[in-house]
Amino acid sequence: MSTPHSSSTTSAPHRASPPQIPQSLTLAALTASSASPSSSSASGMRDAAEDDSDSPPSQMSEDDPGGGGGGGDRWEPDLRGGNGGGGRWAPPDQVLENVLESVLEFLTAARDRNAASLVCRSWYRAEAQTRRELFIGNCYAVSPRRAAERFGGLRSVVLKGKPRFADFSLVPYGWGAYVSPWVAALGPAYPRLERICLKRMTVSDDDLALVAKSFPFFRELSLVCCDGFSTVGLAVVAERCRHLRVLDLIEDYVEDEDDELVDWISKFPESNTSLESLVFDCVSVPFNFDALEALVARSPALRRLRVNHHVSVEQLRRLMARAPQLTHFGTGAFRSEAAPGGGLSVTELATSFAASRSIICLSGFRDVNPEYLPAIYPVCAKLTSLNFSFASLTAEELKPVIRNCINLRTFWVLDTVGDEGLRAVADTCSDLRELRVFPLDASEDSEGSVSDVGLLAISEGCRKLESILYFCQRMTNAAVIAMSKNCPDLVVFRLCIMGRHRPDWITRDPMDDGFGAIVMNCKKLTRLSVSGLLTDKAFAYIGKYGKLIKTLSVAFAGNSDMSLQYIFEGCTKLQKLEVRDSPFSDKGLLSGLNYFYNMRFLWMNSCRLTMRGCKDVAQQMQNLVVEVIKDHSDDEGEAEIVDKLYLYRSLAGPRNDAPPFVTLL
Amino acid sequence: MEVAAASYVADDVDSCLKATELRLGLPGTEETPAAALPTPPSTPRGKKRDGNNTGAEEAAKTAPPAAKAQVVGWPPVRSYRKSCFQQSSSAAKSKPAAPEEKAPAPAPAPAAAAAGGNALFVKVSMDGAPYLRKVDLKMYKGYRELREALEAMFLCFSGGADAPAVNPSDFAVTYEDKDGDLMLVGDVPFDMFISTCKRLRIMKGSEARGLGSVKNN
Repeated sequence: MSTPHSSSTTSAPHRASPPQIPQSLTLAALTASSASPSSSSASGMRDAAEDDSDSPPSQMSEDDPGGGGGGGDRWEPDLRGGNGGGGRWAPPDQVLENVLESVLEFLTAARDRNAASLVCRSWYRAEAQTRRELFIGNCYAVSPRRAAERFGGLRSVVLKGKPRFADFSLVPYGWGAYVSPWVAALGPAYPRLERICLKRMTVSDDDLALVAKSFPFFRELSLVCCDGFSTVGLAVVAERCRHLRVLDLIEDYVEDEDDELVDWISKFPESNTSLESLVFDCVSVPFNFDALEALVARSPALRRLRVNHHVSVEQLRRLMARAPQLTHFGTGAFRSEAAPGGGLSVTELATSFAASRSIICLSGFRDVNPEYLPAIYPVCAKLTSLNFSFASLTAEELKPVIRNCINLRTFWVLDTVGDEGLRAVADTCSDLRELRVFPLDASEDSEGSVSDVGLLAISEGCRKLESILYFCQRMTNAAVIAMSKNCPDLVVFRLCIMGRHRPDWITRDPMDDGFGAIVMNCKKLTRLSVSGLLTDKAFAYIGKYGKLIKTLSVAFAGNSDMSLQYIFEGCTKLQKLEVRDSPFSDKGLLSGLNYFYNMRFLWMNSCRLTMRGCKDVAQQMQNLVVEVIKDHSDDEGEAEIVDKLYLYRSLAGPRNDAPPFVTLL
Repeated sequence: MEVAAASYVADDVDSCLKATELRLGLPGTEETPAAALPTPPSTPRGKKRDGNNTGAEEAAKTAPPAAKAQVVGWPPVRSYRKSCFQQSSSAAKSKPAAPEEKAPAPAPAPAAAAAGGNALFVKVSMDGAPYLRKVDLKMYKGYRELREALEAMFLCFSGGADAPAVNPSDFAVTYEDKDGDLMLVGDVPFDMFISTCKRLRIMKGSEARGLGSVKNN
């Protein structure tokens, strides 16, 4: 698509009559916009429940990179319409453009902005100048240069890199998603850039240094599930970004250079800082606690603080004393470093919590000593979010705590609390919106501590539930059906029956009916992960009723290619499909040809795909990048079998940074 | 595997058959069938089967684990989360016993060898594997345990789930020491090795040939 260039200064005759709105809003432009995959598939507000991260990096809605022109469509603005004239350019009106820009400032949702940019050229220009936040859901869908050329005044950029299955070791190391070319392009283009949020990207220490150097007004850095950097890079950011407000490091893999451990906390400015949020629980190396205490003391705006597990309860107390205004607190290990019998008393710790009147979110508890749990009672009633998912608690240990959490909206927990613990949650937390139950023993043959009983209890007590992630070993259709009826507001339903191909443990039926009920009854559902023994019937349900589903994860499921066909044909809003270990062949893949441009990506591994099928797709769809990823760099085994397929729409064409084990078709 | 030939010379056929029977264990040891058969824990982490807990763990030490193929990335729990439990499993836990108390959270080595003090995680790479792993050297008492743990970890890369146990002479375990030199594992006392080892590397195939099949101490 050619970037519209400005011709406003050239041939505009002076017009005596009052300016008219250019009549270029023609049918052609409208048809182009509705056919373009971007505006029809761009989602509404933020993809809140997309992943396991604690807080999503972006509060913004999705921006499709093809917002200006869409996938394969060539969008040409029709400049010849209107004004009664034929064949004459409608001169852009400078006054109108200024007005437009002022109005468009108020548009924040990317979907609205994408639509506005398609109206006509001057709207396109005005929108491009006024867009402040750019969201790119797949960093390879558009080139950095192109983004920098289009948008004039960005303040905030959100980039996502690797496909989600990279979290489960399915994407080999070195696959890509490097942020370097982006930082290199954004630096010169947006000296006023304030905010960068990255998810699943590789960020080196040099990249961090370049960010610190390029953006003198930099305020917010949020890295979620990233890798490639160490405390060296953090030190540079701390030192050079004098206006830093947010440094959120969430579930990153931070290289620990054992020899070169840098005291990055000491590098923050010595005067009062503007820090509002400091999250570093994933930086697992020891740090300078005294420096942190001093930093907290001179950061009056600090509201969110999450420390790593090298912090004892004694140290927590000191932090809380320095920052009584905290709202979000990550508590580190939550145990004493003293010998048993010595150390802080529970009462003393409770006093600290009582003094922290603003706490609404608690997390951490990485190595919790349950005796200290009562210390948090003073804040329980106000808590809206509680993360116990690293605390191996029993039901008996959980109950006295959860009993007080009457306002809880988000709860993450380990399955060690069992069905009984979940029942206690259901009894108290009637306002619960999000529940995640993680397995302590994440293996297929584990005993599994929660079951259909817990799910049923939750569904009965937490009627307002919107999002659930539930790992278990035993499940029944009846419990899932009950949840579908009791919790009609569900937007995210992710059930993981860890043993592969497990049926309803009571009736021995496949789990088709359970998931069928979910898609049928939960009319707001946008995200679904299925598991257990599933036949094509389940996918027939999903295709028939899952009209709002944007993200679908499938594993060890389905009988035949019909399943894929049901999904592609039925789920009209589908954007992200991830499939593993299911009996789908090239035929199933090809049934999606007409839909791939409407999707952000398709991932399939360990199915029955062959090179021929993948090449077929690549040949027929010019604006798709089709990647075949091999596990080993030597080609052992048949070259025809495709183990991992990752395809995505892109305006940038095949990338030039692919490693040898990736074949771009 | 040793053929216990010498000590079983006898007249009747049965004894001769027994003599040529391949068994696990050193020559001269008479093992009960239950222990002789590798009782595979389903995962290298050692699931406890009823009434056979110690047997399972013992067998895990003497036989390659897992008849059932381990699938990569399933269940879909982030490695970040899994690794957090590995770190905390080495610390002493004051847990009142839950009704179904089981072995502490996943660890690549027998979790019973809970170490006090700091963990010593080093990277382990295997030529040809798509990703690296990390092991805590303090979890092992000696080279044999370390080797078995490495075998268990990288089994899936050695030619498929159903492949027979990896031929030891096909790979060599090397490490990078403080000076940056590539050394063969096994030459120095284990404690000394732990203090100098910076990372491990499993070399496959032709590169390993020259180093020979230094195996099983």
